[in-house]
Amino acid sequence: MNEIAPPPVDVAKALRGFIGDIGPNIALSLESCVHCGQCAEACQFYVQTGDPRYTPIHKVELFKQSYNRELGPFAFAYKFLGLTPALTAETLTNWQDLVYDSCNMCGRCSLICPMGIDIADLVEQTRHGMYEAGLAPADFLGAIAQKEHATGSPFGLTSDTFRGLLHDIGVKYNVVMHVDEARADIVPTVSSIDVKTYPGAMAAIAKILNHLGQSWSFRTDGFDADNVSLTAGDRPGQDAITQGIIAAAISCGAQILVMPECGHSFTEMRWEAANAYGKDLPFRVLQITELVAENIQSGKLRVNKVVQTATYHDACQLSRRGGATAAPRVIFEALGVDLHELEDAGDANWCCGGGGGVALIKRAQPLRDAAFAIKQKQIEASGAPIVYTSCSGCRQTLEHGGKAAGWSTNVGSLLELVADNLAQ
Amino acid sequence: MNLLEFARGPAMQAATLVLVVGMFWRVTGIVLLRRRVAHAAARNPFAMRLLGGAVTVFTRTIPRRTFWPRVGTGVALSYVFHVGLFIVLFGGAPHILVIHEIFGVSWADLPKGVVVLASGLTLAALLALLVRRLTQPVLRLLSTPDDYISWLVIFLPLASGILLSGETVASYGTLLAVHLFSVELLMIWLPFGKLMHVALVFAGRGVLGYNFSRKGAVT
Repeated sequence: MNEIAPPPVDVAKALRGFIGDIGPNIALSLESCVHCGQCAEACQFYVQTGDPRYTPIHKVELFKQSYNRELGPFAFAYKFLGLTPALTAETLTNWQDLVYDSCNMCGRCSLICPMGIDIADLVEQTRHGMYEAGLAPADFLGAIAQKEHATGSPFGLTSDTFRGLLHDIGVKYNVVMHVDEARADIVPTVSSIDVKTYPGAMAAIAKILNHLGQSWSFRTDGFDADNVSLTAGDRPGQDAITQGIIAAAISCGAQILVMPECGHSFTEMRWEAANAYGKDLPFRVLQITELVAENIQSGKLRVNKVVQTATYHDACQLSRRGGATAAPRVIFEALGVDLHELEDAGDANWCCGGGGGVALIKRAQPLRDAAFAIKQKQIEASGAPIVYTSCSGCRQTLEHGGKAAGWSTNVGSLLELVADNLAQ
Repeated sequence: MNLLEFARGPAMQAATLVLVVGMFWRVTGIVLLRRRVAHAAARNPFAMRLLGGAVTVFTRTIPRRTFWPRVGTGVALSYVFHVGLFIVLFGGAPHILVIHEIFGVSWADLPKGVVVLASGLTLAALLALLVRRLTQPVLRLLSTPDDYISWLVIFLPLASGILLSGETVASYGTLLAVHLFSVELLMIWLPFGKLMHVALVFAGRGVLGYNFSRKGAVT
């Protein structure tokens, strides 16, 4: 069988992708590193393998070199004295696994950096150049990000298919589904992982919104918030998904856009979408745990007590990167769960190993497993028989990792726990 | 014009010019880039975000406790070096005199023994940091010529300053000239390499603190 040659690496596009969107914040980060190496000690991939290549700031070295040669204050010297090598197809290819396979964009490195460099943000910027060069890992790019860019959904889910799916879920879980209502105060979105693997999570959102009694509706013209394009580095694709969801929410006069149990989709819609939109969004963006916690605190949502011991895995994008660390704790308290917090729980948590699109890269499995081993140890040390999370990506990674490790620990969705225990 | 007069006069003026213009150029090159406006609704009001930035300048001085077992040694060495250098720079009588000459302010100097001890510890820490950089795989990978040049231009004034305080290997005038030249070398290199962190560290931490306070996230 003839092997199909990979497409050539487009060095010029990589360069444009790297330096096309550098503002003062990013430039400051690129100028500030003192090469202290502390970021390595915060990174699960370095800690677990001891390979210095996995030092977070090293992963963005090509981005930094491009900035120095083309845009930095001393670019003339870097370029004409040859102080920094020019990008080549070979170096870009050599960096592919560092930029994608071995970075969850979890931001633990950003938490330790004594210079205040947000390295996770630099990795996101670096991926823009790598994607432009055609260097997003083939399975990741070909099977998922490209399809998302073309169809609006990572799995190519059409509006009609989604409508049918919602109907089936409504019947199966005996829950009233509101779909494409002309007016709705609350518009929930979904994660394609839920669509594919956890339809119960979609039913849970509907149960909770029905319980709240406000008008709400799924929109089949903008529903899939996964935004794989963000993690792939496809900036136009990322913006297109986001704009579609914004338009759908605006069309029915939404006051609140609810993000599903998904970390990176929250980062995109909560913190980056308004920039793509070019002005303030005309609605609030809340992750589902925030919506639940807010309504528990206001007394609008009441839950039954659950006699259960459990632990909780923080999704990095919701806690450390998103500022929503408190919401799940509010919910656990209302449910009366005996919560055994993990070591480093909350803002300093370790990633499950699948974040930043790493779960979608087949060849990254050994690295993913190495990262998961930290989480496994912590969860086992908690003594809890079940670990909850508020991110379907984390949930899937924990389930896969647990299965491979022969775990007896169960993995659950906090959203589904709430939906199953709504007070009548 | 003898060597000392040259070091005190034209050489110092030239080094100062490079330092000031270089730092201004580098900072300007960062600040003047096209700024992206953050439109997302902030969790905290402007004043809280500013406070978050200011607080982070201090809180990032020490890593969170969970990181200590893995980074403690490097951080401790770095602290010995930085604190020692601070004591030598701002506690030594000759330096206070120079500051008084230039800026018109002064303060009580520290006993010479304290400054000598601080010099020794600073030098030892600096050497230890170099050994770490040459031997630890992560630091070796990250290191560039800038790291070694920056190390050298710190080492030279420190070493020449120690020799100057003892007046052992040459005359006072010669040692002072050498010390001044080494300081001028440091001033000339500072804007171009990582020693620029004397200024960028505050900006970097402040900006990160501001941005993460916007999100209501930990800084």
